[in-house]
This record gives sequence, C-alpha cells and structure tokens, in this order.
Amino acid sequence: MSDVIQQLQFYLEYPFVRYALIVGTLIALCSSLLGVTLVLKRFSFIGDGLSHVAFGAMAVATIFNMSNDTILVMPITVICAILLLRTGQNTQIKGDAAIAMLSVSSLAIGYLVLNIFSTSANISGDVCSTLFGSTSILTLTKADVWLCVILSVAVVVLFCLFYNRIFAVTFDENFAKATGVKANVYNTLIAVVTAIIIVLAMNLVGSLLISALVIFPALSAMRMIQNFKGVVICSAVISVICALTGMIISILCSTPVGSTIVAADMVVFFISCGIGRLKKC
Amino acid sequence: MAYINCEDLTLGYDGIPVAEHIHFEVNKGDYLCVVGENGAGKSTMIKTLLHLMSPLSGELVTGDGLMPYEIGYLPQQTVVQRDFPASVGEIVLSGTLSKCGNKPFYGTEEKEIAKKNMKKMNVFDLRKKCYRNLSGGQQQRVLLARALCATSKLLLLDEPVTGLDPKVTVEFYEMIKDLNKEGITIIMVSHDISATVEYASHILHIDKGNSFFGTKEEYLQSDKGKIFCRMGGGTDE
Repeated sequence: MSDVIQQLQFYLEYPFVRYALIVGTLIALCSSLLGVTLVLKRFSFIGDGLSHVAFGAMAVATIFNMSNDTILVMPITVICAILLLRTGQNTQIKGDAAIAMLSVSSLAIGYLVLNIFSTSANISGDVCSTLFGSTSILTLTKADVWLCVILSVAVVVLFCLFYNRIFAVTFDENFAKATGVKANVYNTLIAVVTAIIIVLAMNLVGSLLISALVIFPALSAMRMIQNFKGVVICSAVISVICALTGMIISILCSTPVGSTIVAADMVVFFISCGIGRLKKC
Repeated sequence: MAYINCEDLTLGYDGIPVAEHIHFEVNKGDYLCVVGENGAGKSTMIKTLLHLMSPLSGELVTGDGLMPYEIGYLPQQTVVQRDFPASVGEIVLSGTLSKCGNKPFYGTEEKEIAKKNMKKMNVFDLRKKCYRNLSGGQQQRVLLARALCATSKLLLLDEPVTGLDPKVTVEFYEMIKDLNKEGITIIMVSHDISATVEYASHILHIDKGNSFFGTKEEYLQSDKGKIFCRMGGGTDE
C-alpha cells in the first residue's frame, strides 16, 4: 500500500499530472450537474451528438493548423446545441433523430476531412486520441487549465443561481411558461452550458465517452435518492469521486484515462442499483 | 370587466384553423367547463389561454385585476413527470416561482405560501415523499397545490380526472367545488359530461365553426347539449 502512495506522490510532483487531476475533477463536477437535467429532459444522447460535432469541428481546425482549436470548436458546438434543443419541440425531424443525424454526419465529415487534408503521418493515432481522449489530458498547458477553471466556475455559479428555474423548466415546461418563467431562455442556457462542458470534457475522456460522464452519475443518483436536490448533490459527488478514482488508477496502472473513468462510473452505477433495490425492500 | 373575454377567436396550428368564431367570457367565481370532441381544439384552447401560443385571429383579453400569468394550471400528466425524482415539497414550491421576480432563491414568503397550500390540499405530511411513489389522486392534489401557489384567482384544469378511480374522482370534484365556493374561478376541460353538467356554472362547447357558450341551463336546452349529453360525453371514448 505504501508503495502505491509513494508512486502516487512521485507522479504528483509532475505539474501535468496535477493539471489533469484538477481539470478532470472540475469537468466531472460540471457534467454531472447538467446531466441530471439532460437525463430528465430525455436528452441523454445530446452529449454524444454534440461531442461528435466537436470532433468534426476539431478536425476542420486541425487542417487549418490552428494553434488553439477551442476558438473554432466552441462556437460551432454551442450553435449546434442551441439548434438541437430548439428543434426538440416542433419540427419534422424529432429530437432523437436530429441528434443521431447530426452526430454521424459530423463524425463522418471529421474523419473524411482529416484523411483528405492530412497534416500528420499518424492519422489513425490522431483520430483515436480525439475519440478516446487517450493523451490530451496529460498535455494540458497552464492556459488550458485556467480556461477550464474559469468556465467550470461559471457553470457552477450559473447552475446555482438558476437552480430553481432549471428545476421548474425540467419538471414541467408548460407550467413554468404559463406562470411567466421564460422557459426558452433557460433551455438555451442549458444548451450553451452543455456545449461548453462537452468541449472541455473532450480533453478528458474523448468524444466517444462523454455521454457516460453526463448520464452515469445522474442515473446512479436517481437509483438511490428520491428528491431533486439530493439527486443533484449526490450525482456531483459520485461523478467527482469516480473521476478522481479513475484518473488515479489510470496513472498507477497506465490504463487509458477516459475508459477507466467510465468503467468506474459503471461500477458505481451497478452498486447504486443494488442499494436502490435494498432500499425498496 | 370579466377576467377573460374572448371575441371571435380562431384557434389553430400553422395557419390552419381548427375552431373558429369562439365567444366566451369568464367572470370571477365562474365554473366554466370546456367540452368538445377530440380534435375540436380543446388542447389548443388551453395553450392559448396559457399564452403558450397565440390565436390565429381574434382577441383574448384579461381584465378585472387578472394578470396574464396568474393562471394556475393543472396539466395532464406526462410521462416525464411520472419518473421524476422530486419531492412533493420541491414541486409545490416551484409553483411560487413567478412570485420570486428576479430573486434567484425562494424566500420565507414563498415557503409560507407553499406550506399553506400543501396543508389545504392535505399533502403537507407527504412533503418529503417522492412524487413518483404517490397514488394518482395524491399526485393530482400535489399538482393542484402547486397551481394554487401560482394563483389565487383562476385555475385551469386539463382533464383532471383521467386515470383516477371513481371514488377519488368524486373526491377531486368535491375539492374543486369547494375551491370554487371560496371564490377561485375554475376553467375545466373535460370528457366527463355527467360531472360537467353537475358542477359547472357555464359551458363552452367547442365545435369547428359553431361553438356554444352559455350557462349550464341554456346548454341543456340547446340542441347541441341534448345530443352531447345523450351520447354521454362525445364519440371519442
């Protein structure tokens, strides 16, 4: 055991490991807060769709040799998020179909663009690391970390300030609208914040696994707890613990970061299913 | 001046009218039942009353001190709500949101209103319970308490007894009747023609271009009312 702690101390001396832990925790916290709303609004898949959009945007940014691709990726993802949440209500293509369509299209276009205008020799390596986030969490610069910290704090503050309104809009949008809550404003807010978190989270777990970060903590919390506030708090705690555990395991056993975190989330989900069962008995 | 006054209202979606030439007014203390066949435009009517959509033509004027957002709404239950992890207290409190103005959090005043209405609807003891584990009748009372938090003037009920058993249904109607006696105006959309005839003071029968509005007595004398009552609530059941 002391070996493990020593090894951990050794790794923690490296700034990039510390950065990874900070950023990972913050992202896990933000994504779980939003996750509860998204799951309950039946938008679990939006994380998946948007992350593929972000992947496509990142591919385009890569061929233009942009040094900081967030400038391009962030706005594109935000716009797509707004469009997706808007179309959820009254269009010919229903919410889930629209998400599926957008997500596969951008995935395909992203890979296509990367292949045609390839700038590096190792395309499949690049693609793999964008999809599964294998290395980018360990190559964060100080600026990346600060950006992430600022955006995460903004997300948490926004969520706390609008918590009651987000609850009202999630629980019963029509009632909220009828009593004068500007539901569309809050839906747009949720969409924008979701997009921001997804672009941030791509560094951590890669675009294929973001959905897991968004939905697992919320679903686990919902198995055990029966009120909204409790679910939000519990899912935040679960998410942070899983992200930290996953990252530490991945550092010690040199497993891929993203998949280890998701595996940890999965284990917690099954445990909470068990607890939920026991509670009912 | 009436709470709500409608002049030659045309309802519809995407420019296609569903129901035309609707006249009616709702005064303080009225108990208005809205009936009509499926597809006649009852849901559209509700959305229009709640300002969720605007009428194709005509006007819906609120007056007599009723603000447009002072309508307490009891929705038909949706699937999302049935598995929502929310406690009764949280749900009822969310009804007071419109009273918060720009404050981000609920104050003492809002909590008092919520408490009062929970007691009134007999769900105060359930306030820590999860909404999804309640029975249909209890859920309906919780939503009613929420609606009362949003208004003390006018309640809009959208087929409130769907899915309730006969005993609970009667209890529910009695509760609404008591609220009405306290001076709260009721607008109820319903399929249940027998209850409509028993409790309502006014009836609005929506039917394409030829809707009926009047007191219950007038309705029972009209051809439309006679036919509708004989069919027992319409051809759609």
